[in-house]
Amino acid sequence: MPKDQGIGASSKRREDVRFLTGTGNYTDDINLVNQTYAHFLRSDVAHGVINGIDASAAEAMDGVVRVFTAKDFEGVGGVPCGWQVTDRHGQPMQEPKHPVLAEGKVRHVGDPIAVVIAETPELARDAAEAIDVDITELPAVVDMKAAVAEGAPKVHDDLTSNLCYDWGFVEENREAVDQAIKNAAHVTTLELVNNRLVANPMEPRVAVGDYNRANDEHTLYTTSQNPHVIRLLMGAFVLGIPEHKLRVVAPDVGGGFGTKIFHYAEEAFVTFAAKAINRPVKWTASRSEAFISDAHGRDHVTKIELALDADHKFVALRTDTYANMGAYLSTFAPSVPTWLHGTLMAGNYITPLVYVNVKAVFTNTVPVDAYRGAGRPEATFQLERVVDKAARELGMDPAELRRLNFIKPEQFPYDTPVAVTYDTGNYHATLDKALELTDYASFDTRAAESKARGKLRGFGIAHYIEACGIAPSNLVGQLGARAGLYESATVRVNATGSIAVMTGSHSHGQGHETTFAQVVADMIGIDESQVDIVHGDTARTPMGMGTYGSRSIAVGGSAMVRAAEKVLNKAKKIAAHLMEAADADIELKDGQFSVAGTDKSVAWGDVCLAAYVPHNYPLEEIEPGLEETAFYDPANFTYPSGAYFCEVEVDPGTGKVEVVGFTAADDFGNVINPMIVEGQVHGGVAQGIGQAMLENCVYDDNGQLLSGSYMDYAMPRASDLPMFEVDHSCQTPCTHNPLGVKGCGEAGAIGSPPALVNAVIDALHRGGYPVEHIDMPLSPSRVWNAMQSVK
Amino acid sequence: MYNFDFEQPGSVDEAVAALQGEDALALSGGQTLIPSMKQRLNAPSKLVSLTAIEALKGVCPDSGQIAIGAATTHATVAAEATGYPALAALAGGIGDPAVRNRGTIGGSLANNDPAACYPAAVLASGATVVTNTREIAADDYFDGMFTTALEEGEIITDVRFPIPEKASYQKFEQPASRFALTGVFVAKYADGVRVAVTGASEDGVMRWAEAEAALSADFSAAAIDGLSVSADGLIGDLHGTPEYRANLIKVLTKRAVDAAS
Amino acid sequence: MTKLTMTVNGRSVSGEVEGRTLLSTFLRENLGLTGTHVGCDTSQCGACTVHVNGLAVKSCTMFAQEAAEADVATIEGQAAPDGTLNAIQQAFQDYHGLQCGFCTPGMVMAAASLLKDNPKPTEAEVRHHLEGNICRCTGYHNIVRAIMAASGQDVAPVAAE
Repeated sequence: MPKDQGIGASSKRREDVRFLTGTGNYTDDINLVNQTYAHFLRSDVAHGVINGIDASAAEAMDGVVRVFTAKDFEGVGGVPCGWQVTDRHGQPMQEPKHPVLAEGKVRHVGDPIAVVIAETPELARDAAEAIDVDITELPAVVDMKAAVAEGAPKVHDDLTSNLCYDWGFVEENREAVDQAIKNAAHVTTLELVNNRLVANPMEPRVAVGDYNRANDEHTLYTTSQNPHVIRLLMGAFVLGIPEHKLRVVAPDVGGGFGTKIFHYAEEAFVTFAAKAINRPVKWTASRSEAFISDAHGRDHVTKIELALDADHKFVALRTDTYANMGAYLSTFAPSVPTWLHGTLMAGNYITPLVYVNVKAVFTNTVPVDAYRGAGRPEATFQLERVVDKAARELGMDPAELRRLNFIKPEQFPYDTPVAVTYDTGNYHATLDKALELTDYASFDTRAAESKARGKLRGFGIAHYIEACGIAPSNLVGQLGARAGLYESATVRVNATGSIAVMTGSHSHGQGHETTFAQVVADMIGIDESQVDIVHGDTARTPMGMGTYGSRSIAVGGSAMVRAAEKVLNKAKKIAAHLMEAADADIELKDGQFSVAGTDKSVAWGDVCLAAYVPHNYPLEEIEPGLEETAFYDPANFTYPSGAYFCEVEVDPGTGKVEVVGFTAADDFGNVINPMIVEGQVHGGVAQGIGQAMLENCVYDDNGQLLSGSYMDYAMPRASDLPMFEVDHSCQTPCTHNPLGVKGCGEAGAIGSPPALVNAVIDALHRGGYPVEHIDMPLSPSRVWNAMQSVK
Repeated sequence: MYNFDFEQPGSVDEAVAALQGEDALALSGGQTLIPSMKQRLNAPSKLVSLTAIEALKGVCPDSGQIAIGAATTHATVAAEATGYPALAALAGGIGDPAVRNRGTIGGSLANNDPAACYPAAVLASGATVVTNTREIAADDYFDGMFTTALEEGEIITDVRFPIPEKASYQKFEQPASRFALTGVFVAKYADGVRVAVTGASEDGVMRWAEAEAALSADFSAAAIDGLSVSADGLIGDLHGTPEYRANLIKVLTKRAVDAAS
Repeated sequence: MTKLTMTVNGRSVSGEVEGRTLLSTFLRENLGLTGTHVGCDTSQCGACTVHVNGLAVKSCTMFAQEAAEADVATIEGQAAPDGTLNAIQQAFQDYHGLQCGFCTPGMVMAAASLLKDNPKPTEAEVRHHLEGNICRCTGYHNIVRAIMAASGQDVAPVAAE
């Protein structure tokens, strides 16, 4: 029987009612008294020297309050980077300044040059057009390999080159890996591109700055996945505002997918300007503006070599990647192609020797940072593509080659050669489950039916591993993180037993208000409706690191469990006092404390009341009140894994790919709310299919963005996607967090791109087109062109 | 967008008068115009909305032809142009349901986007574009990307389509915009077949003369097999090379012939 | 500025607008009906979908003055006066047809217009009808199921084991 409450129940989402009735409170819905509007004048060239800015005409226009340029930000810090990578020679990465407004040079289309503040958004935009900016355009660097070639124009004149870092991992293995590849019975090589994407949460970014001169307090309302991180970065590094004078609120946020993790210049600007003009300042991005100001994702160019022995066992893997950083280092950008990518290159397999080289490169493009999966999709894509290619070259069933090389269930915990220890997993189980759900045995019948309709049918599989629940602070600190990565929660029990949980995690679609309440209600045995979740406001929640990297339930949920455990320990002492029993004899079930072996009991609510009306209370032992806070710092990452199968039809006349079936069999460990978990997988798979066949962020050679709106950037629509078969019944619970959970937010976007590409390659091979690889997105024209190339 | 004066006249004469001012533009649904104004690519001083002019609305079947008022929405054409099923199907495939409730045939033809659907129907049908001053044959109306024979201040009032014996429109969607990456309209009349292609040429909608000749002689997909389409002058962009579009023209023409009813 | 009146969710409203004031802006800024969202500037995402005289339109691609004297319905008017969700809204909750909620008002309004014309749509018809409504969270799977369920068709419950 499915549960109807608590852990394991598909509780309906409480947040839905406000979203379904138009009463959500998104940042753009916030309007403050006496509010002004900011419009950013952005560079329309990719690279140039700013000779001068004449804003006098704009400043003279009716309704204009003030125009800001870089000179207003003298003495203000740059937008900081939160992760320092050390290169293979032991040197720190090159780290350029990222000014709030461009200083002397513009470095990408969209780089902000000036800001007009006016009485209405349209007046601000009208006035921005009246600003005269004298720019001498410079040659742009867009292609990564060209950017690091001798004599390339430099994005940052004060750096030695456009190379941010040259990272090797595990550097000591470099020669051994090369030797093993040289001596191997078989080597499969693949060169591929992991296409640049734009995250495109449906809510564009918005920031509203407010300042109260009477008490010198700043408030920033912003579309963020992690308001405390913004408060820390902006307060300490950019504007120099101490935390107690800076409140950051991220109310209802319309999706993030990574791109709302980062601290952006616009946030610092509105906060700064609100004080400067002593009025609230609001900035709302248009979608077109989002395309040139939100951090992009992916954008890797990779060569991967997989060496196998005569028994088809993997012996070594080498991968060489160019990773685009864009023009500046966004908040977590350096970590994505390194620690979030290199550490996953073992995949689900036993590969004794692995070497990963990553060259991170500055170009005249929008900064690139984490997007759903962040590094792990890039690792999984290349690995699962090369394994598939190896199977084809060796004449093996791709599932069998994987199975042969999988880490076996009895080998956990498993130390990979790339520095991480997988605590649990059962890759054979998820593969078998996906095979079962897909009805692989009848594929040939379906293929024949497709052929009768003139279509080529193909079947593709991929198996992924990811590292979630980021992560032990002492470890990430060694790896270059400039922040801790714990999470926090306060469980505040009210006098009548209802509860408010203040969490450092942030929900922007994940449904924490529902799932987190399920956990606490389950622990106590009270109705979920008695528990409210508070998040997204630095004034109301303890210092937390926010939501990304599928970390909320694994890290934030664990912090909440720890805080609830503290509450329960104290509540048991109170109950013991009320029942005149020993603490150790107190049991809790269904919201009733009882004394073991007796019929004495006291209700949860009575204990809570006693805590706040402590007339009969052990005041000499414990304080009144019932509120506890916990910070949880995980001992390890969590390692969700799964098998993703994709079935496609290709129209040979047009090259159009249709996804006709998709199966995801995931191991997320324990699951709190199956409905929400499945929804996360659906959404992730849709984004992965989007990357694999629709989405592409493209610059021309001059650094102009060619895919700068939904007219050219193809977002997945309902008609592009099938119904998904998803399963999470294979569960190997995480061994090191109290809930045994692993996280599910990114999996779908990680496993699906290689499954789809493998399926299309399979369809083409079966149809007589021996195409080895097509770079994503597998648009009709790319597929058709590839077919012509082998005709 | 830049500000402008808004007028919503109730008759064609009033609309023509309102359009006399400098930089005045007609607004007939605005599903393309409004986004371009948001990008500040268009800066009319006055917008004259045609959507309140009842005389410009409606689908009117007549012997052997169908006349469609210029301010008739795509949704209305899709629902009511039953006498010309291929035309109704084309209208039902433009944009999305909400766009079809606002966008109009007159607006689409006046804009003449090189990837729009209606120009293919008009050209393949040899339709007549009727304005407040004259009648313009389809072959004389389209004049390259976003350019038509319309004079300043001239308003399309209706479009008259001769109903073919058989027709089909095959649209291959550009995956982002859902405009036609390439679309082919094939219409078979008693005196011959007309084939119009949208989305492919740098000169906007065009006829494919070789296919018309081949299909006029033998209305079958096989009649196209021997033909080839030159990639010269075809659009190359993010979504397809000129060679790819040349292939689509041929493939879609064959599919249109097969689907024609 | 021009004075404008229209009926929104059954209530007569008025306000001052410029020529360039979009219907979405009028709803959000003049009337404070912030349930209508703006997610793009190329008329594609559909988060701003409302009904004007019974037809679904993108309120960001229509000038406020084009809706003069019109009957406009927005997400705020969909539930019963006592707050009870309508059948589509309830199905979206029951089938987890929303995550971040930003596209949701447009999805609900688009679904309402579909079911008015086509009370028992097929899955393919639902997907086709959503051509102009982009969701980044759900992969559409549960949106499609919610709309099918709202039409009274049998849909397996969420997370059925």
